[in-house]
Amino acid sequence: MTAAIEVRGLRREFRVRQGVFAPPKRVIAVDDVSFAVPPGSVLGVVGESGCGKSTLARLILGLLEPTAGDVVVDGQRLSAMDRRARARLIQPVFQDPFASLNPKRRVRDIVAMPLIAQGDMAGRDIDRRVAEALERVGLSVDQGTRYPAQLSGGQRQRVAIARALVLRPRIVVCDEPTSALDVSVQAQILNLLAELRRDLGLTYLFISHNLAVVEHIATEVAVMYLGRIVERAESETLFAAPRHPYTRALLASVLTPEPGLGVPDVGLGDVMPDPANIPPGCRFHPRCPVAVGQCSTEAPRPANDAAGLVECHLA
Amino acid sequence: MTALLEVADLRVTIGSTAAVRGASITVNKGETHCLVGESGCGKSISALSVMGLLPRGSRRETTALRFAGQEIGGFNEREMSRLRGDRMAMIFQEPMTSLNPAYTVGSQMTEVLRRHRGATRVQAVDRAAELLARVGITAPGLRLGQFPHQLSGGLRQRVMIAMALMCDPELLIADEPTTALDVTVQAQILRLLATLQKDLGLGILLITHDLGIVARVADRVSVMYAGEVVESAPTAALFAAPEHPYTRGLLTCVPVPGKVKRDEPLGSIPGVVPRIQPGFTGCGFRDRCAQATPACAGTIPRQRAGADHETLCVLPPGWKAAA
Repeated sequence: MTAAIEVRGLRREFRVRQGVFAPPKRVIAVDDVSFAVPPGSVLGVVGESGCGKSTLARLILGLLEPTAGDVVVDGQRLSAMDRRARARLIQPVFQDPFASLNPKRRVRDIVAMPLIAQGDMAGRDIDRRVAEALERVGLSVDQGTRYPAQLSGGQRQRVAIARALVLRPRIVVCDEPTSALDVSVQAQILNLLAELRRDLGLTYLFISHNLAVVEHIATEVAVMYLGRIVERAESETLFAAPRHPYTRALLASVLTPEPGLGVPDVGLGDVMPDPANIPPGCRFHPRCPVAVGQCSTEAPRPANDAAGLVECHLA
Repeated sequence: MTALLEVADLRVTIGSTAAVRGASITVNKGETHCLVGESGCGKSISALSVMGLLPRGSRRETTALRFAGQEIGGFNEREMSRLRGDRMAMIFQEPMTSLNPAYTVGSQMTEVLRRHRGATRVQAVDRAAELLARVGITAPGLRLGQFPHQLSGGLRQRVMIAMALMCDPELLIADEPTTALDVTVQAQILRLLATLQKDLGLGILLITHDLGIVARVADRVSVMYAGEVVESAPTAALFAAPEHPYTRGLLTCVPVPGKVKRDEPLGSIPGVVPRIQPGFTGCGFRDRCAQATPACAGTIPRQRAGADHETLCVLPPGWKAAA
């Protein structure tokens, strides 16, 4: 079976200016990342800010060129596809529905844009497909005539989802799709995304900093730390038996609504990860509560087994 | 227990929106009181009105606004600014926008003490360094000379907390203090606040939309909806036996690892938080409520559902949804 998304040795560097005279510094945002997502599944990507998860999303969408490595979507190399073909296959939903929708266009025109950009569809067909997409996400035809400013945050995110679906893609990349929404609206959008996946057989790459949300929607979870995937496993396995100390710390820091438990000590110390200064050895060792001598000198190799992937000397 | 802050029947109108409609909140000494609700429900406006920091063009009315036993509702701007930053302090969600980017951390921190207490520069710098160390910042001397943009988000929030503590406040109002932070840093900051509270006997009014935070840090919870406190209870009681349909709905919306199965839909509340015009009567939640009856358009009783547990709803306490 062809993987919906396959990523091989993906790497992306940025050059960051340090000052007027200092030479620019190399920041490795995504460092040798490989994985495959089978069709119909949901890969959740979690990690702290600056770990490279959004860069990964942009690479998979073809919005950024990789420095090295390949993105293969539905058996075809992304770099060999033209933009129209790519758009028919893979579509994004971004975090902030206030920023990702053109405020000067009506909802139905926003949703029609991907069809118009394809350039080969009659107006009547476009109208039909737009109406279908709006209905699919629970918006009325009347709401299609409004402007984004007249809609609530949840409705705007529905518009963004309708726009992503109108070309009937196989894969949707969701980058923090519910982070800007209130909890009751977040639940509505998560339920909608789950329903769409079931009905349309979609594959999601689902990026979020909220582990509870990822646990709810993802079939498989990848944990990123400073540009690398340090652990990857089936969702149930990862949440039941995390193997990497960073995954354990992340899980410990989830505050479930259970009174009386207090706030846990995640044991990560005060050192903050800095993608411009990646520590030698294991990149997590300065914050790791169980680090040993070897960790500060020797980078661990990724270990693949039946349970998934983990990159730690101690796992 | 002594009440540190007592707000009774707070009403705030901003332009043509009734932002807060009769909210009563009490924060006791050494207690954390959480105000929880979705955006637009009036929780931040309630906090700002306690501090006397409402936007221009807004009107505030209360039957009582007492701080440490003293009525401060009638205070003018000068009297308020003497209290603010001294005996009551506030920290905000986004430390990058609430710190001045053009001044060093040190000069912003020392200003507080020099303004309120007339401390000398040296005294103020010593106090600032001491507090930076207290909130877990290593090399405080170095940090004092740095600008906010040179610090990470977690460090900035620690600086904000240290700055709020400069004058030994009795009341700390924290408006979504960890929303902009990573979960790992959030846990650290919340632990820090809990320790400080225990050591200094602070009363904390914590505003959040996150029920996980509420469950873990609050002694008492007030759930706000459309400008009203719809339910108020000790934390354990609220989570064990939520009364108001909105509270119950909110609790089913939160995915809890290990509790909700994948592909099983989360509970959700249809619709959005309404904007309430002045003169609105009845329950603000009735348009989204599955239990709504014609009685919901009338006067809503505030009912007792247990010791210290109040709910603003026509349903009898302990009601069950009709199957």
